[in-house]
Amino acid sequence: MSKTLFDKVWDSHVVRNIENGPDVFFIDRHFIHEVTSPVAFLGIKSRGNTVLYPDRTFATADHNTPTINQHLPVEDPLSANQLKALEENAAEWGISHWGLGHQKNGIVHVVGPENGITLPGATIVCGDSHTSTHGAFGAIAFGIGTSEVEMVLSTQCIMQPKPKKMRINVNGELGFGVTPKDVALYIISQLSTSGATGYFVEYAGDVFSNMTMEGRMTVCNLSIEMGARGGMIAPDEKTFEYIKGRPLTPKGEAWDTAMEYWQTLKTDEDAVFDKELTFNGADIEPMITYGTNPGMGIGITNHIPDASNVEGGVATYKKSLGYMDFNEGDAMIGKPVDYVFLGSCTNGRIEDFRAFASIIKGKKKAENITAWLVPGSHEVEELIKEEGILDIITQAGFTLREPGCSACLAMNADKIPAGKLAVSTSNRNFEGRQGPGSRTLLASPLVAAATAVTGVVTDPRTLLEEVIN
Amino acid sequence: MAYDKFNIVTSTAVPLPIENVDTDQIIPARFLKATERKGFGDNLFRDWRYHNDNTQKEDFILNNPTYSGKILVGGKNFGSGSSREHAAWAVYDYGFRCVVSSFFADIFKGNCLNIGVLPVQVSPEFLEKIFEAIDTNPDTEIEVNLPQQTITIKTSGESESFDINSYKKENMLNGYDDIDYLTKIKSEIQKFATTRPF
Repeated sequence: MSKTLFDKVWDSHVVRNIENGPDVFFIDRHFIHEVTSPVAFLGIKSRGNTVLYPDRTFATADHNTPTINQHLPVEDPLSANQLKALEENAAEWGISHWGLGHQKNGIVHVVGPENGITLPGATIVCGDSHTSTHGAFGAIAFGIGTSEVEMVLSTQCIMQPKPKKMRINVNGELGFGVTPKDVALYIISQLSTSGATGYFVEYAGDVFSNMTMEGRMTVCNLSIEMGARGGMIAPDEKTFEYIKGRPLTPKGEAWDTAMEYWQTLKTDEDAVFDKELTFNGADIEPMITYGTNPGMGIGITNHIPDASNVEGGVATYKKSLGYMDFNEGDAMIGKPVDYVFLGSCTNGRIEDFRAFASIIKGKKKAENITAWLVPGSHEVEELIKEEGILDIITQAGFTLREPGCSACLAMNADKIPAGKLAVSTSNRNFEGRQGPGSRTLLASPLVAAATAVTGVVTDPRTLLEEVIN
Repeated sequence: MAYDKFNIVTSTAVPLPIENVDTDQIIPARFLKATERKGFGDNLFRDWRYHNDNTQKEDFILNNPTYSGKILVGGKNFGSGSSREHAAWAVYDYGFRCVVSSFFADIFKGNCLNIGVLPVQVSPEFLEKIFEAIDTNPDTEIEVNLPQQTITIKTSGESESFDINSYKKENMLNGYDDIDYLTKIKSEIQKFATTRPF
């Protein structure tokens, strides 16, 4: 029977199928961080269980870590306590731990691929919904709750009903100044935040084939924002080139054997999806959100829609615009902005910093803007220095912070103050997500950069043209 | 951690007729710093419930003594966003045993089932009826009957059936969880693990 890419990977990991129930699903790789793992370790102890395969779990600290002065003790005692718990639990059970200060420390979804932990055909979970990022490599990767973290630690399995399958095709070519982030925000705006709930998505078509691995990670990362459990892209030469030679990828004969398998990881021609959607890359503009969920996005040159033109509840829509202090019909371009945040597991990779630098080069940070530029890992930080991006950033009046999740979820000190408006390259614009009372506009690194130098929401194409001419 | 058995819950309900309630609203990230599972109910809907100075927002439903009960009724796409199980813990710890909506986000729904909170998905029409019934009379009782898989508005007798897979149903009825199941088949899992190439 013909199978989709998703079927091939899912079916090969089913230990047991329960009638009228979930599959017992084997997990190859498990990432843990300080926030969603401590209670799982307590559960292991209270039940008298052990960690079954410590070498299949990888710990890194990221959600709660400071992004300045990482060499100093963590000031917040609760954060420090969580970091300590992670370190102790990892040590107790023999789990690899890249804590604060470790050379490989960084955001879990950035350091996993960098170190070759993420592989095609693997199943990968983490107590974090953006685990879908790893689907860029042709893995099945998704976020889980803490009960499931405990299941994976103690049995290397979770119990999941197999999701339905959706394919999203984006064909043609992307326009000038349109990035992978815009593709993802466009798809979410078309589907809404619940449009893919119950599905696992495969992204296909020219736009994804032509996309870099970093771009594919950005797209797969945001799958959860349309409700999908995860998203994946069939591995190709770009994938193999990216992973080859990384610290934990198979080597020698093991690589050759793996390659034979990986070459089979594509959807069969006559395989059937439960739902299939097709978009045209040329229809996508640089995007920006205007509301309090990632589905509330529009092309940057557009105006905020009227409630009467929006699907769903008018009351919820008006509550959302009320929180943002925006009105129906407002233009997005020109709105004064207070903060710019470049970073997160969505857009904290080297390509994102290159994009940001391409716009700010030779310009100056606007005086009204506070900018937080946070690399996803020390490896990204090193590349920023090596490629001369740090010089560009510094000359333009910006500073570079140290790696971590930072203002994406504002668990550390990087909180956008109440009422302030931020253009952020992260993944969620929920009420208070970036700090109590904060207001977030999600956008690409190019839009963030253009806004950072003008001080108002700006279409990056206007500045890119200056660069080109 | 096994949980209390769930059979039939009959209770008044708290209505929250807002769509796309995300888990950042259910419990904001800054309250995820504990290393033990306790006290999360205090911060349920923290920023909707309290002002920045920790005084209560009088107009929020949980601060209105007219509404209480073991059942929370939310708008469409309840529990979207972050996978934090803390959101389900907060709902449970506050005293809810059941969340009713016309649509749930996947991870939140799974997390609820894993800790003993029953997510009951009803039709949009029935959800509207529940909201109306509570609006008319806040003392309206709702019966959630897991063995029968029905939800009933006691005042009007209107009822609808809901889906739950038989494995999860057995778990909820008996207070078992997935870890109980998985640890029993550990040797089968270990045998499977030897077949994995990486």
